[in-house]
Amino acid sequence: MTPVSTHPASPTVGLFVTCLVDLFRPSVGFASVALLEAAGCRIVVPPAQTCCGQPAYNAGASETAAELARNVIVSFENCDYVVAPSGSCAAMIRLHYPRLFRDDPQMKFRADAVSRKCWELVSFLVDEMHFEGLLNDFDGDVTYHDGCSGLRELGIRDQPRDLMGKIAGLDLRELSAPDVCCGFGGAFCVKYPQISQAMADNKIDDITATGADTVLAGDLGCLMQIAGRLQRRGSPVRVRHIAEVLAGMTDHPAIGETKES
Amino acid sequence: MTTARDDILNRIRRANGGIDRKNAPTSHPVPARALGDHAVLVGRFIDMAREAAAGISRVNHRSDIPMAISAFLAAENLAGEIRISPDPRLETLPWESAPDLSVSAGRARADDPVSVTPAFAGIAETGTLMVHSGPDTPNTLHFLPETHIALLSTEAIVGGYEDAWARLRARFERLPRSVTLITGPSRSSDIERKVQIGVHGPRRLHIVLIDGEEI
Amino acid sequence: MRSTSDRFPENAARALGDPTLRAALSRLQQDTRVGRPAILDRLPEFNAIRDAASDIRTHGLDHLDVHLEIFERNVQENGGHVHWCRTGDDACAAIHEICRARGAKLIVKGKSMVSEEIALNDYLLAQDLEVVETDLGEYILQLRGETPSHVVMPAIHLTQDGVSQTFRDHHDDLDAGRDLDEARNLTDEARDKLRGKFLAADIGITGANFLVAETGTAVIVTNEGNGDLTQTLPPVHIVLASIEKIIPTITDALSLIRVLARSATGQEITCYTTFATGPRRDGDLDGPEEFHVVLLDNGRADLLGGEFRDILRCIRCGACQSVCPVYGAIGGHAYGWVYGGPIGAVLTPAFIGLEGARDLPEASSLCGACADVCPVKIPIPDLLRRWRRRSHGQKLSPPRARWGLALWAWFASRPELYRPAARIAMAILHWAGGRQGRLHRLPFARGWTVSRDFPAPEGGTFMDQWRAK
Repeated sequence: MTPVSTHPASPTVGLFVTCLVDLFRPSVGFASVALLEAAGCRIVVPPAQTCCGQPAYNAGASETAAELARNVIVSFENCDYVVAPSGSCAAMIRLHYPRLFRDDPQMKFRADAVSRKCWELVSFLVDEMHFEGLLNDFDGDVTYHDGCSGLRELGIRDQPRDLMGKIAGLDLRELSAPDVCCGFGGAFCVKYPQISQAMADNKIDDITATGADTVLAGDLGCLMQIAGRLQRRGSPVRVRHIAEVLAGMTDHPAIGETKES
Repeated sequence: MTTARDDILNRIRRANGGIDRKNAPTSHPVPARALGDHAVLVGRFIDMAREAAAGISRVNHRSDIPMAISAFLAAENLAGEIRISPDPRLETLPWESAPDLSVSAGRARADDPVSVTPAFAGIAETGTLMVHSGPDTPNTLHFLPETHIALLSTEAIVGGYEDAWARLRARFERLPRSVTLITGPSRSSDIERKVQIGVHGPRRLHIVLIDGEEI
Repeated sequence: MRSTSDRFPENAARALGDPTLRAALSRLQQDTRVGRPAILDRLPEFNAIRDAASDIRTHGLDHLDVHLEIFERNVQENGGHVHWCRTGDDACAAIHEICRARGAKLIVKGKSMVSEEIALNDYLLAQDLEVVETDLGEYILQLRGETPSHVVMPAIHLTQDGVSQTFRDHHDDLDAGRDLDEARNLTDEARDKLRGKFLAADIGITGANFLVAETGTAVIVTNEGNGDLTQTLPPVHIVLASIEKIIPTITDALSLIRVLARSATGQEITCYTTFATGPRRDGDLDGPEEFHVVLLDNGRADLLGGEFRDILRCIRCGACQSVCPVYGAIGGHAYGWVYGGPIGAVLTPAFIGLEGARDLPEASSLCGACADVCPVKIPIPDLLRRWRRRSHGQKLSPPRARWGLALWAWFASRPELYRPAARIAMAILHWAGGRQGRLHRLPFARGWTVSRDFPAPEGGTFMDQWRAK
C-alpha cells in the first residue's frame, strides 16, 4: 500500500505572526515565511489577525479571550495549517481554544478544526514538513532555552535541536536547566517583577555559564525577558529567535540592539 | 439534628451525584524489577537492601544464626546483649553456641540496645523487609532499639510488594494489627538535606539471610 | 493557622531579600534536578504506575461516600473508633475529649499537615496539654515557633547553624561545650531529647498518608521512625486525617507508594511504611490500647462538588513545590498559609477565601512544571486559571490591570483601529529606543523596567511590511 500523504504537496499555511512578532520583531515573521516557503508551503497572512487571546485567558477573562479567539478562528479556518513562530500562542490555539467554546457547539466545532491544524513553526517544519534545513551556516556558540508552553504543552524539544544541528558552524552548548521557566509568564513578569527577576537571574546565570555568545528560543516573550535582564546586567550575550538563525537572517541586530549599539 | 457523619456523607453524595463515577482501575502495573526467577530476586533483594544501608550476613543453616549475630555485633563493637522476639523459632535457636550473647525475650524495653526479630518477607523490588505485630513479634522490637537484626529465610524473598501481601494474606486470616515495610535503617535529611542515618528508629539494620531453610 | 496570604507581595519581597533562604532553596531545586531523573530512570514503568495512581485517586473520590462507610465499619470491627468532624475546631475538640477521657498530659505527634491546617497544637497547648512534635524538622520548627515551609521537608528554609542555635536557645540542660557543628550531632541531640517523650507519652497522634477502606487501615510513610514510635508506644493512638485520604484497597496503596517517595524525596521507598489497623490485639505485648481515627472534612466535601475537585487527588508529596521556580525563589512561607507552592496556590483560596489569597493563583508563570511532576496528574495550571477566572469575575484584581487588559482587548478585536494605533505606538517606542535599541525606563511599564531593559521594537510592524511587499 502506498502511504497516503497527510498534507497537500504545497499546503497553504496561514501565518499567525503573533502580536509580539508583529509589533516588536517583524524580522522573525519574515524568517518564518522564508523557512515555510523553503519547506514548500504557500503562505497567506490573514490581515485581520491580532492577538490569540492568551493574555486575557490567563488573566481569567475568558469571555474576552473567546472574542479574540473567534477572530483568529474566522481568519484562519480556510488555511490548510495555522503556523505561529511561538510555542505559547500555538499551544493557546491548539489546546485552549476548544475549551473556550464548551457551551457553544457550533463555535466549538470550528475551534476544534483550527486547533487540529495549528502548529508551532519549528515543530511544523520538522514533524509535518520533514524540512531538512537551508544548508546555511552560522558562526557562533549558541545556547537554547525551551519555552514552557512549547515544551510541556506541545512536546517541542528535539525539533529545534535537529534543525540547529544541521547548521554548519553552529555549536550548541546546552543549558544546565534548559526546561526551567525564564520568569516571563505573560503578565506575571510585570505583576510580580521581583519574583520574575529572580527567575530570570537563574536563567541568565545558566546562560552565562555555558560561554555561548548567543541565546536562542522559540518564543519572543521569553526572549524579551531574557534580553531585557541580560542587557540590564550589562551582558554582551546576544538574543535571537531561533527562526532568524534557521533562516540565515542574522545580519540585522539582535533583540534590544541596533546597528550602532 | 443531623450528625456530622450524615452531614459529611450527604454533602459527598450530593457532590458525586451528577458525575460519571469512574470504575476501579483495571490494572496495577508491577515493575519488571519485581519479576524474575527466585535466584535473581534473592540477588536483587541483597543489592537493594545494601543500597538502602542495611547490612547482610548469609548463613547456610538456622543453627548458624547465633554465631552470625555474634560476629556482626563484634565487628560493630557492640555488646552482646540482645532482646529477641518471644517467637518459638527464635527461642529454640542454639544460643549456647554464641556464649558472648546474653539473650532475653519479650517486647523492647527503653534501653535494650539490640533486637533480633524474624522478618515475614523480603521484597526484592526495593530491598524491603515486611514485618508485622503479633504475640510472638512485638512491634516495639522493630523500632525502639538502636540496632535491629532481622532474620530472613531466602524462601521468604519475593519480587514485589503485592507478592509479600499475598503471602501475608495466605498466612493470616485476619490482617495483623500493624504491618511495616522496612527499608534500611531510620534516617532524616531535615537539616540542610544532609542524609543522617539513625534518627528515632534504629541506627543499624542488619539482615541475617538463611539460605533455603526456614528460620 | 492565621494567614498572611493577603500580604503575599511583602512576604515574597522579604523572602527574596533573604540570602540564607535563597541558598537553601537553590540547593533543593538543584538536588531535585539531579535526583528526580536519577530515581525515575531506574523505574521505566513510572509513567504507567502514575497513570494508575491518578485513576486510583479519581476512583476513590468518585466513590468517597461508599469507601468512607466501609472504612468506618472496618475500623469499628477491629475495635477502633471513628470521629467525624466537619471543621477544624470540631476535630481539635474531638482530640481533646479523647485526651481528657484518658487524663492525658503528654502528647507526642508525628508529622501531619492537617494538624497544621487546624492549628491543633495551639488548641491543645491552650488546654494545658504538652504536645511534642517528633519529626526532626517539625520538632525544630516547634521550638522556633515556625510553621513548615514544605510539605515533606518542613525545615528546608533553615541552615544547620540556625538549628544549632535553636537547640542552644531551647535545650536548657545542654552542655555549653557540646559540639553541635555537625548535622549528625544535631540529629543525636534531638533523638536524645525526644526518646523520653516517646516513652512517657499518654497519647500518640499521627496523620495518615492513606486510609484503606477494605481493611480500616491507616497508612503512614516515614523515614525517621518517629511515626512508628508515636503510634506504638503510647497507650492511645489517634489518627488525624482528612476524608479524601481514603483509598479502596491495600493494592491501591502499594501502587501509590511506588510513586510517593520517588516524587517526594527521590527515594525508591521511605524507610518505614506502616499499615495500622485498630488497637492492640489479645496476646499482643505492645501497641496502643485505643485506636481513634479523627476524620476531618473542613470544606473538602464542598470542594468535591466544584471545579477544584481534582486537587483532592493530591497525596502531599511536595513534588510540585520542589520543582516550582516561583517556590524556588520565595519558599513556602511567603504563600502565607499552611501549604505553599503550586498546591498551596490552589488550596489556600479554597480554605481561607479568595479575597485573602488573591495573589497566590496569580503569582505563577503557569510554566507547568508542577503538573509535569505530579504523581496523580493534577492539572495545577488549569486550576490556577480557574481561580483567576473567579478573581476576574469578582473584580478582585487591581483596576489598572483589568482596565489595561480591557483596553488591549478592545483594540485587538478591532483590527482596523489596532493597526494604526500599533503603528504609532511602535514608531514612538522605536524612536525612544534610540541608538541603543532599548529603554531603561518606560512610563506605565515600571513593572518591566524596574529590573529589565525594554527591547525597543525593530521599527515598522510585520503586517504593514507584509502588505507593502
